[in-house]
Amino acid sequence: MEHRSSIEIKTEWDIVAARQLGRNEAKSTGFGTVDQARITTAISELARNIYLYAGKGRIEIVPITVGVRVGLLITATDEGPGISDLQKVMTDGYTTSGGLGAGMPGVKRLMDDFRVETEVGVGTTITATKWLH
Amino acid sequence: MKMRIPILKLKDTLIVSIQVELDDQTALQFQEDLLNQLHKTSARGVVIDLTPIDFIDSFIAKVLGDVIHMTSLMGAKVVITGIQPSVAITLIELGIRLENVTTALDLENGLEKLTREID
Repeated sequence: MEHRSSIEIKTEWDIVAARQLGRNEAKSTGFGTVDQARITTAISELARNIYLYAGKGRIEIVPITVGVRVGLLITATDEGPGISDLQKVMTDGYTTSGGLGAGMPGVKRLMDDFRVETEVGVGTTITATKWLH
Repeated sequence: MKMRIPILKLKDTLIVSIQVELDDQTALQFQEDLLNQLHKTSARGVVIDLTPIDFIDSFIAKVLGDVIHMTSLMGAKVVITGIQPSVAITLIELGIRLENVTTALDLENGLEKLTREID
């Protein structure tokens, strides 16, 4: 049976809940302490982005198996304003929040795979995977 | 749900051990409490020990960085101690540089460093 955990992000407290869930999932998937910290931090940043820019959204954390590879897939979805200039957002140091978040390049570096789908006025979905090495 | 981080005074130093995962409100409350304690006690130095903390995201890093700058505006000095390997790795990968921060491996070394710097 597929195991799925998800958390709705509406308040600051949900950011804490999302990263606690992420840490537990990372631990039970078998990640070591450094990867647990990477995953927890990435979830915290993604949840904060939802809270800051979209107001509400959802974080989903799913253990996945592809062939012999085992990993953790994180999906952050919102129906917020979308990102009009994705290239700019993926540039180190770019911020519209006065430096509240480390930004997407940081999250990308923490994870192994990272993908953004966004449409202005419709919303944003970010998927990020960390593989167990 | 709001928690307060205890701030201890030892001679002219304030000692803080952060033992819980910080949420936004607790982090901001700590910032205010520490500056008020500095003002009240005229302490000249602060050691913030992060040994039990296993991750720091950009928000907590920003609050910590702000606390360090605010403390120096008030004429005191901060030493951060006990940053774990996982915290150091994720902070750098995230792209966060805590500039001009004095750090030490543990509380004991931190207190020694602080004493040398404020004497």
